[in-house]
Formats: sequence, structure tokens, C-alpha cells
Amino acid sequence: MQPPVVTGTDLRKVFRTPGAGGKVWALDGVSIEVRAGELTALVGPDGAGKTTLMRLMAGLLVADGGSLRVLGFDPAVEPQRIQDRIGYMPQKFGLYEDLSVQENLDLYADLHGVSAAQRGQRYPQLMQMTDLGRFTGRLAGRLSGGMKQKLGLACTLVRSPELLLLDEPTVGVDPLSRRELWVIVEHLVHEQGLTVLTSTSYLDEAEKAARVLVLHRGKVLAQAEPAAVTRAAAGRSMVLDPGSGPSARIVQARLLDDPEVIDAVPDGGLVRVVGSGEPGPGRDTIAGLAPRHVEPRFEDGFMVLLRGTAAHETGVDIRLQRPPAAAAAGAVVEVRDLVKRFGDFTAVDHVSFRVRRGEIFGLLGPNGAGKTTTFRMLCGLLPPSGGVLQVAGVDVGSAGAAARARLGYVAQKFSLYGALTVTENLEFFASAYGLRGALRRERIDWAVRQFELGGHARTASGELPGGFKQRLAMGAALLHEPDILFLDEPTSGADPLARRAFWRRITALAEQGVTIIVTTHFMQEAEYCDRIAIMDGGRVLAQGSPAQIRGLAPTGGGRQPSMEDAFIAVVENARGRDAQARA
Amino acid sequence: MKDRESWRPKGRRILAMVKKESRQMIRDPATIAVGVVLPVILILLFGFGLSLDVKNVPLAVVLQDSSATAQNLLSAFALSRYFRPQVVHSSQAAERLMIEGRVDGMLTIPSDFARRFGAGNARVQLVVHGSDANRARIIESYVEGAVGAWSARQAVQEGTAAGGGPVEIRSRLWFNSANDSRYFLVPGLIVLVMTLIGAFLTAMVVAREWERGTFEALFVTPVRSGEILLGKTIPYFALGVLGLLLCVAAGKFLFHVPIVGSLAVLIGGSMLYVMVALGVGLLISSYFKNQLVASQLTMLATFMPALMLSGFLFDLRSMPAPIRAITYLLPARYYVALLQTTFLAGDIWPVILPNAAALAVMVALLGYASRAVTRKRLG
Repeated sequence: MQPPVVTGTDLRKVFRTPGAGGKVWALDGVSIEVRAGELTALVGPDGAGKTTLMRLMAGLLVADGGSLRVLGFDPAVEPQRIQDRIGYMPQKFGLYEDLSVQENLDLYADLHGVSAAQRGQRYPQLMQMTDLGRFTGRLAGRLSGGMKQKLGLACTLVRSPELLLLDEPTVGVDPLSRRELWVIVEHLVHEQGLTVLTSTSYLDEAEKAARVLVLHRGKVLAQAEPAAVTRAAAGRSMVLDPGSGPSARIVQARLLDDPEVIDAVPDGGLVRVVGSGEPGPGRDTIAGLAPRHVEPRFEDGFMVLLRGTAAHETGVDIRLQRPPAAAAAGAVVEVRDLVKRFGDFTAVDHVSFRVRRGEIFGLLGPNGAGKTTTFRMLCGLLPPSGGVLQVAGVDVGSAGAAARARLGYVAQKFSLYGALTVTENLEFFASAYGLRGALRRERIDWAVRQFELGGHARTASGELPGGFKQRLAMGAALLHEPDILFLDEPTSGADPLARRAFWRRITALAEQGVTIIVTTHFMQEAEYCDRIAIMDGGRVLAQGSPAQIRGLAPTGGGRQPSMEDAFIAVVENARGRDAQARA
Repeated sequence: MKDRESWRPKGRRILAMVKKESRQMIRDPATIAVGVVLPVILILLFGFGLSLDVKNVPLAVVLQDSSATAQNLLSAFALSRYFRPQVVHSSQAAERLMIEGRVDGMLTIPSDFARRFGAGNARVQLVVHGSDANRARIIESYVEGAVGAWSARQAVQEGTAAGGGPVEIRSRLWFNSANDSRYFLVPGLIVLVMTLIGAFLTAMVVAREWERGTFEALFVTPVRSGEILLGKTIPYFALGVLGLLLCVAAGKFLFHVPIVGSLAVLIGGSMLYVMVALGVGLLISSYFKNQLVASQLTMLATFMPALMLSGFLFDLRSMPAPIRAITYLLPARYYVALLQTTFLAGDIWPVILPNAAALAVMVALLGYASRAVTRKRLG
């Protein structure tokens, strides 16, 4: 057997945090191994130390302790020798947006000393793999998120590296592009024998790896093949059928408080539960329902591992002080034939949907489907080119300010003031929403309490860990107690634990009458929604309950079709029809 | 240690960085605005300032000659839209007006003016308020023009060669008599433009990469940090030389500034200064990694001193000693000295060499420092 490509022993790295005045051990005695010719996945919650570990390997950071060998070199001593040999795709690849696709590729090929002959062979391969061939002249800044990631990968693959490091390559990438990216990575590993280390917050991706490294708070929880991680949940995985009772989402949210439940998620109309008890038959009933034991999956094992370390916050049951009044029957949000054109490009093309009070409505779609544009029009940030747009019974076009007062918006990018502290941001937004005096103080206290921001009250919000940024953004959007909440990709880049905590709050808000419209790239999260719409090319392709949408997936292959299967089928069918119509 | 084989990939990498940087430079409208449009605007602005700013100059005329000829000259001034003459009868009165700042100059028409004019060797004396050297030069040339035109007209009217020789103007600058560079403006302009292009533009380029996160991927390639810096220096150096040529051409062809020294020395010295400016910009940018901070700091550290402490606007010799000591740290000081010498005095090597040497030392120090702060490490 070949020697490992990377070996790290007792690695330590400390960061000083300016706000809290303390030290954070990003890596706290990590010993790892990356084997040659294999795909190794690095998983763990935000702040587990995944990026730090990759940067150590790439020679971009120097460890404070322990020893590390990459391709036989010490990255602290000879970083250049490693950098000459590896490919590294940082989380934010940082393409030169003012250079074209071809110019970006050429730059990296030149730097790696790829000869013209090698290019003649390599470029067509890369173009075919990434499907970027049609866009070589386009500026990188004008590519969609998924295409940018693929170009980033292509730039690191202009020559065959001896080791490929990928840091969360699929964050913010839609399911279609994500699948395409993985086809490329698996091809590289299986056909070309490349050694790949990739970090990811998608557990289904980790399952495809030969070995998984589970990191948590700077320590290694497990280093094994995925099946071994899955086995940690052996005999603990169950499903509950809520039948005609409360919906799966509500049952699931309540179960998260149960000390004997490690994890509970809605799954195809059922509730999937991982129990904390000893492997065995378990309790007779859970939440008054009879459990049925099922085969564990990787995610179940991962949750068992994480729970073994410490009790983890799963999101408090958020309580509104003044829940939205029970409105008259009818839609809270009504969109009819909504159109938005930018020049001769139609970003939103006759979109219609209605959302009732207290509903969670999911908008799913590939990058560039028109979801964000729709959101901006709903919030009155962008005037529509045509159609009817009513929010809370008010026409957004004619009474934008009145409509805005009743809605909260969490944008895709963190859009709070990074240099202001958590408290200062909340104070600013409270004032911006017109809150004064006692009410303002009360609402800020509420937000700090509900989102557990107390410990970070005086931290500059730009320095908050990812999960806390997201909570602060939510807290700020809820200060004025809106009836309607718009959330644009709130969980992009969030780890499984943070996502559960997030959905727990969303579910609680909806129960209290808040209407929620949300976009996401995580197809399992669509299970939390009452209804979803799949968009592509500015149009709504399918609309209905999660069960109805899942029903659109082709059956076969022996397994239950997933939401992701349905999504891909719907989008690809529509694209196929369009291609035929054009031909 | 380095054999020839290892230089080839090195050259290729530098070339790749230069190509990339040049493309980005050309595609960024702000770069072109600062590098090409701004110099042109400055040149035109200063150029029009020369001809448009000065009108209705208050001028004290000490009329010591009461002859018709002298009266005639006075009326030529009175009718001109450039002057507002005020007749006084003693030089003391005129001096008082000058000191109080009520007039910008005093023209003395001596008692023997008419007699000497007839003889063809008439003289007038002009004293100009020199606190604003630029304005003073303009006033001086206007008076010259007015007197010249008048005497030519007289000659035609008299119809005799004897009546109306040229009038000699004896002029002096008051309050700033040392500053006698007639075309100080263009060399000064060159200093400003070179500082802008060199320091201001490069202050953004390294910080921009840090801000946009483009360095992280670039670092994990065979490219060395020195090659990254070189790749950033070369295109901006070229842009700086372009700006320089624009300024020199404008000075020569638009404003007819003489270049007494050789063009080679002028351009060679300027290239040295561009390198210093580039070095300052790169160093600030590499250290602060933030475009806003870098640009503000560069403005404070290079542009303002180049404007105020280089001897371009304010005479170094009239500064208090501590401030004068500070100016020795400023590259612009050496460059201004070098430029003034080559433009106005010629290739005076005892002046050029020490100034050029000072700039060269700065290039070396800045290059070394930039190289030291740009390391392929995060955090």
C-alpha cells in the first residue's frame, strides 16, 4: 500500500479573538491521515476547524503545535514545494471577475507551467467536464454561482495535482450543479486515481467518500469509512407516521426536546427519529406514535457522534410577544402573473402563487432561476414589470412602505453592519423600524434572549461565527414583529446542527401565525414546508405540497424517490422541453 | 543555485501575472480615469488657469511723466480688460497699496519716459506682488504684452522709425524674488501626476486581492510572492511612463515650456520616481490589505506632501527647520529638485546625481519592504 499523502499528528492551532479577548483552539490535538488515491471527506459543524486544517495543509497557515507532512514535505518549512504540487480550491475561490473564463484558466495554466500541447489536451476535457465551453469569452463575474464553482475547480485542475483540497466546493450551489460537480470529482478519483480531500456540510456528499473525518470543535470525533459512522446509529433509527394528527413538522419539532431523542426530522410525510437509548427495541411509543425501526443512514450516525460530545443547542422554541392577528380568510401573500424584465432578459416570467397565514412556503430552483428577483419584488425593493403583487392585503406597488412595515427580510448575503456590535446592530434596526423607548428596549431584549445572543452582545457582528450571524440577521428581521418573513437561502453553508436549530425556530414562528417564504438549496429542507414551488428560467414549473412534488419523481430503482430526485426530474424535463421547442 | 532551467518558468509566471494585471487595469474604468483622463484634465485645467484666471488686475501706476505719450500709455492700460489701473503720484503711495494688497502690481512710468521713447530707449518699471507666483508671472507677461502692443501701435501711428523704439520693462518680483522659474507649473504637474498614478493606483491593487479573496487560490500555485509583486509593478510602471509622456508633451507643445536639460535625464529621473511611488503604494497596500485604508493613507503619505512639502508650491528654504528636516524623507522633494534642474537649468550633474541616488536608495528599500510584507500566508 502507498504511504499516506497527508499525515498530521496532534495538530494545534490557536486564534486570538479580539472581541471576547480569549483564545479559540481551532485545532486541538488533531491527528489525521489522507490516503493516496482516495476521496476523504471532512465534515463537522461550523467552527469545527475544517478550513483551518486545509489551510495548514496548503501552507497558508502555520500550526502552533504538532507535526504535519503533506506529500512528504513540512508545510511550515517548505510551503512552496507543496504549493507547486497540490490543487487547492478555497471556500470562496476568488476568480478574477474582470477576466473571462478563458483568461482565468490561462492564468492558472501559465502559473502552473502547463505547455501548449498539454493545454490542447486538457482544456477540451475540462470544458466537457464543466460544460463551460460555451462561455469561454464571458467574464467570470457574469457566471452563475454554480458555474463559478465549476470554473474554480477547472482552474485548480489545469494540470493533474498530486493532491486536491476542496473547501466546501458546493456551498450555495443548486442541486443540479452540485450533482455535476460531484460527477467531476468522482471521475477524478475513480478514473484518474487522484487523491482528494473535501470538506462539506452536505452529509450525502460525505457518504460518497472512501473515508470520513468528523471534526468537532477542533477535535477528531471519528476517522473511518462512512459505513462505520452510520453504524453508530445502528438500531436507533426509526420512523413515526403522524397520520391524521399534527403534521410531521410539528411532531418533529416537539421531539427535539425529548431527552431520549437525538435527532428528529420530517421525511416524506413521516418523522425520522434517532433515539438516544441503548440499541434495541426502544420505547413502545414516541410522542404517542408507534415507531417502526429502519436502517440507519449516514446522517443518523453523524448526529449520534455529535450528541455524544456535548448537549447541543437545537434551537429554543421561539415565542412571539404579539403574534400576528388571525387575519380574515384568504392569502397573506398573493402573486399573480408577476413579470420582471431586465432589458430583453426576462428574469421572472408570469409567476403566480398564494401563501396563507401561518404557512411555510418554499421556493426552490437552480442558481439564476429568479428566486431572489421575486423576493426583491415582494419586499418592494424592485418594481415589477407587470402583474399583481399583494402582501398582507396591500398592493406592494402603490403602498410599498405600508407593506414593508409588515414584513421582515433576511437577505442571502449577511447584510448587517460588520463593524457594529450585536447590540448596536439591533439598536440600529429597531430605530429603523420606528421602535422607540420602552418598546424598543423590550424588543431588543427579546431578540437577544430568543436567539441566545447574550454571550456575544459586544462582539462586532462581522466577527461572529457563521451560525450566530444568521441568528442575528433573523433577530433583526423580527424586531418589528412582522406578519410575514422572507428568507433568502438562510441555511447556505450552515452545518446540519445549525440548520435544525434554524428550522425549529421557523416552525415555531409559523405555528404562531407568521407567514414564511423561504428559498433553499437543501432539498431535505423542503420537507419542512407546507407547500413548495420549483422555479427555473423565471417560471414556476411545479407547485404543491412536499408529497405532491415528491410524486413527480420517476419511481424505480427500488428506493423511495427523494425530494432531490423530484427536483432534478422537474427541472431537467422542463429544460428538455424548452430545448425541443427551440430545435 | 538557480540554473537556467528554473528561470524559464519564473519568466513565464511573471509574464502571466503581467498579462492578468494589464487586463484588469485596462478593464477598470477607474484606472484609466486616474491614469490617463486625470492627467489630461489637470493639464487643461492648469493650462486654462494660465489664460483665464487673470482679468481686471488692479495695478498702481506711478505716473512721473505728465507728457501726452505717457498719458497715452496709461489709457492703453485703462482700456484693456486685463487691467484696472489706479494712478498714484508717488512710489510711496503705490508701495502702500501693494503692502495692503489692494493692487497686484505697480508700474512706474519715469519722468524721462517720453524723451527716451522718442530716442528709442524708453523704460518702465514693473513690480509685481509675488505671493502668488503663478499669478505674478501672468501679470508680468500681460504688462509686457500691453506695453509691447502699445509701442508697436505708436510706431505705426507716428510713422517714423525714430518715434517709438521698443520699451524696456524692468520688472521685479516682490516678496518672492527667489522664485524665478518661469515654467514651474509643468514640472510640478508632472510630480503630481506621477504620484497619483504610481502610488494611488497601486495602493488599491494588492488590497483588492485581499478583499476579494483572490489571493488564497493564487497563493497555492507555483507563483512566488516576489513574482506577484513584479507582475503588479510592471503594468503600472508602463502606465506611469505614459502619463509622464503626456505631461511632457503637453508642457512642450501646449505651453511651450523649454526643456533645457536632456530628455533622457528627464525621463530617466522620472522613471526612478515612478518606481518609488509604486513602491510606496504597494507597501501600504500589502500591509493594510484594505482598499479604503490604503487609498486614504496613500493620499496622506504621498499626494499631500508632494503638493505641499516638495518645494513645488512652497519654497523649502522658507520653511521652519523641523519641517524642512521632514522634507528630506519625502521622495517628491528629490524629484522636484531633479525636474526643476533638468527643465530649467540643464543637465547639472552635481544636482541630478545626489537626487537620483536618493530616489534609487528609496526604490531599493521599498522593494525590500514590500517583498517582506507580502508573504504567501493568511492571517
